[in-house]
Amino acid sequence: MWVAAALLVVVVGSVAFNFLTPWWFGEVASNWGSIDDTVLLTFWVCGVVFILVGLLLVFSVYKYRFRQGARAQYEPENTRLELWLTVGTTLGVVAMLGPGLFVWDEFIRVPADATEMEVFGEQWRWRYRLPGTDGKLGTTDIGNISTRNPFGLNDDDPNGLDDVLIQSAEIHIPVNVPVKALLRSKDVLHDFFVPQFRAKMDLVPGMVTYFWFTPTKLGEFEILCAEYCGSSHYLMRGVVHVDRPKEYELWLQSQPTYAEMIAGSRPSSRDITTGRNVAETNGCLACHSLDGSQVVGPTWQGLWGRSERLVDGSVVTVDEAYVRESIINPSVKIVDGFAPVMLSYDLPESDIQALLAFVRSTEGGVAGTDRIPECKDC
Amino acid sequence: MSETEVPYQETMGLHHPRSWITRYWFSQDHKVIAVQYGVTAIAVGLVALVLSGLMRIQIGFPGLLPFITPDIYYQAVTMHGMIMVIFLLTAFLLGAFGNFCVPLMLGARDMVFPFVNMLSYHVYLLSVVVLMASYFVPGGPTGAGWTLYPPQAILPGTPGVDWGIVTMLLSLIIFVVAFTMGGLNYLTTILQARTRGMTLMRMPLTVWGIMMATILGLFAFPALFVSAVMMLLDKLVGTSFFMPAIVSFGQPLEHSGGSPLLFQHLFWFFGHPEVYIVALPVFGVVSELISVHSRKNIFGYRMMVWALIAIGALSFVVWAHHMYVAGMHPYFGFFFATTTLIIAVPTAIKVYNWVLTLWKANIKLTIPMLFALAFILTFVVGGLSGLFLGNVIIDVPLSDTYFVVAHFHMVMGVAPILVIFGGIYHWYPKLTGRLLNNTLGHLHFWVTFLGTYAIYYPMHYLGFMGVPRRYYAMGVGSDFYPESAATLNEFITIAALVVGLMQFVFVYNLIASYFRGKPAGSNPWDATTLEWQTPKTPPNHGNWGDTLPVVHRWAYDYSVPGEEQDFVPQNVERKP
Repeated sequence: MWVAAALLVVVVGSVAFNFLTPWWFGEVASNWGSIDDTVLLTFWVCGVVFILVGLLLVFSVYKYRFRQGARAQYEPENTRLELWLTVGTTLGVVAMLGPGLFVWDEFIRVPADATEMEVFGEQWRWRYRLPGTDGKLGTTDIGNISTRNPFGLNDDDPNGLDDVLIQSAEIHIPVNVPVKALLRSKDVLHDFFVPQFRAKMDLVPGMVTYFWFTPTKLGEFEILCAEYCGSSHYLMRGVVHVDRPKEYELWLQSQPTYAEMIAGSRPSSRDITTGRNVAETNGCLACHSLDGSQVVGPTWQGLWGRSERLVDGSVVTVDEAYVRESIINPSVKIVDGFAPVMLSYDLPESDIQALLAFVRSTEGGVAGTDRIPECKDC
Repeated sequence: MSETEVPYQETMGLHHPRSWITRYWFSQDHKVIAVQYGVTAIAVGLVALVLSGLMRIQIGFPGLLPFITPDIYYQAVTMHGMIMVIFLLTAFLLGAFGNFCVPLMLGARDMVFPFVNMLSYHVYLLSVVVLMASYFVPGGPTGAGWTLYPPQAILPGTPGVDWGIVTMLLSLIIFVVAFTMGGLNYLTTILQARTRGMTLMRMPLTVWGIMMATILGLFAFPALFVSAVMMLLDKLVGTSFFMPAIVSFGQPLEHSGGSPLLFQHLFWFFGHPEVYIVALPVFGVVSELISVHSRKNIFGYRMMVWALIAIGALSFVVWAHHMYVAGMHPYFGFFFATTTLIIAVPTAIKVYNWVLTLWKANIKLTIPMLFALAFILTFVVGGLSGLFLGNVIIDVPLSDTYFVVAHFHMVMGVAPILVIFGGIYHWYPKLTGRLLNNTLGHLHFWVTFLGTYAIYYPMHYLGFMGVPRRYYAMGVGSDFYPESAATLNEFITIAALVVGLMQFVFVYNLIASYFRGKPAGSNPWDATTLEWQTPKTPPNHGNWGDTLPVVHRWAYDYSVPGEEQDFVPQNVERKP
């Protein structure tokens, strides 16, 4: 008796939970509201089956509980009933599968006017590349990747020069314009997922995958990596800003193209020399070696563009922002394995620029020797 | 086997034990081997249980146990998954239930290859030892996730990349060897060693389920075997089966030209049938429990058999539904969504037939029956949530979220384990001659059933919010993780810890009842199948007396009109 009651509570409770739950899809922010509709349809079909099976079970347990001397019915088969159940189930399956495949067909047909956006993943950060004024993404090769060329663009492909490179994990897209996201990874599997857009797809090294969506709601949405990619998988996040067209254009214009990046990535020898002087005057080199040996702080040799693991487990790529922060406020991001002993340096902007140029020049080789021309006048 | 043919085992010699060590350690008696498999699987399952507790504490109360770092967490995730799927579920259902039930239910004296059977267990034990050794090698076990997806599984950035992944792959390779020896044995025994009168269509559904699962395993495990060998070569020799050109943490690697998707196809070509390698024996056993304890024949026996066969066959053409968002050609979605939803039809028929067996039955609410009822409800929820994920477009938002975690735990974690519990309460009296303690049984049942339901039913809804699986920490103030979701996770963790602790009560019951349980007699449930008709309980080595039993009827003659008792054993002659 109370077994049947307990089972009834489970069945009724499950149905009630479904209607009362505070945990549900966030408001959809893309054209894929049709996916939500398919989910609701599936809920109705499955819900009816759940309620019928559950109640029949509860009723049987109550009504046909053991009585001494009673006999069960002896009915090995009932072909008619079994046939009807098979037909009914098949119809239910068709009712769910039909609309599902219809939406899937939409999902895999990218509209011709979709703008392309490359999402580039690595352990454990996002970067993005936009096609630039020619509307075409340049070709890439994983073998080209270097600190100078983080996306591995082919230098001899003119389509690549105007590609806009977004080195931060935040990306902007204009509202109501269909986007074809081209997904590329340089190391392991990742997955580009924005819950409010409903869509996701894996990034697979060695191939380019894609999916499309049209953002329909202004705002900021969190990007999650949804395919396990190692220890800091859970920290691999980003932000997508869905902007009005004007705001988007403003943002876009402030982003560097590949051509600008290569031009800007070779600091002048004059800056480097000044930077070396700044480093020596301020005693930087007492703790940061130039030959790869680890002293009190991380070596500067090959520092620029390197991925550093911090004490909190996250990973940063050494770029201008990071080095600048580490000079002005060194205790914020401490590289794993080092003690937080560095003082903050309040240097004039010109000195910081020069130091940045010097640190940047240390990529590969012994810092400051293979790139700086002989200094004749010092 | 017709009723007049002389069965092969009537005349076979048995390898009788000469000492303690050949009786209990290197025994060739299928019942002892069943216990060895069972005890080993439960022991390793308790390790997985503890690991799941650690995971849940980190998810519900982040930072409460400071020693749970991301690496420790991901290692626990990986080991928990692999242990549960392979080393507990597969090993227990086929190694323990398969070994115990097959010869007894078929009226055989033993497996047809008793020596290979003994070897199979010891190779399985070796695979478990190698797996557990992962915790003692430098760097600890692999934290690649139980799916071991390359390239991540063999590259820096994943814990256990030096040694752990190697011991994991070796352990799997050894397990496949053990499974193949066991599987060939079960299949040959079922086909060749049935007693007089035991036609295929008179076999209990338990044996049908085990037979189909074995066939599936013999086809599916080779795919796991080769993918493990290929990944080992990628890792140790530097081949590039699964490795394209990669820049890992700034370092270009030597690999080029391989395909991570190839591994996923191989893995799921094994992995999906694996779900049914677990499910089919469970379907069989639960049919047995429901029929015996409701005193009614299983409804639609022939349909149940054909459904098992159909599910087994279909399970080989649905694997890529695990890969809808993996970047494979989008047209695959149409095919695999269709096959996946078709498989729902025979599966639903099985559910209907279980419930229809209860209709107009005479239901005894014994502990095995309670577990069977709980299985039906749990399996229905897990099966229905599978219809969401199988329908390719719905999988797009839900894959890799907590919806998936809830779904597969419900359908292939909790549901099979409820049946394993039910089966243990059911057959323990035959194995030991004593009943398990009923009060502890009720306590164990209600906490386990209601607890697991409270854990996994609400968890589906976290998936709708987009909460991703395999996240060591969700972060504060994320859109997808409001305060209420954190509260739900706290609740789930508490429920999981209570359910986890209750399993130790069950283990206590297993041990204590062996010494102090009520004597069971030879057929405490008034069941019809042959294992309850042995001359001795527990059955001695060889199971039967001088001659083997002769089968005259199907396995489900309960409440037959005109019979004095409400059951007629299979070896009772029909009235002229």
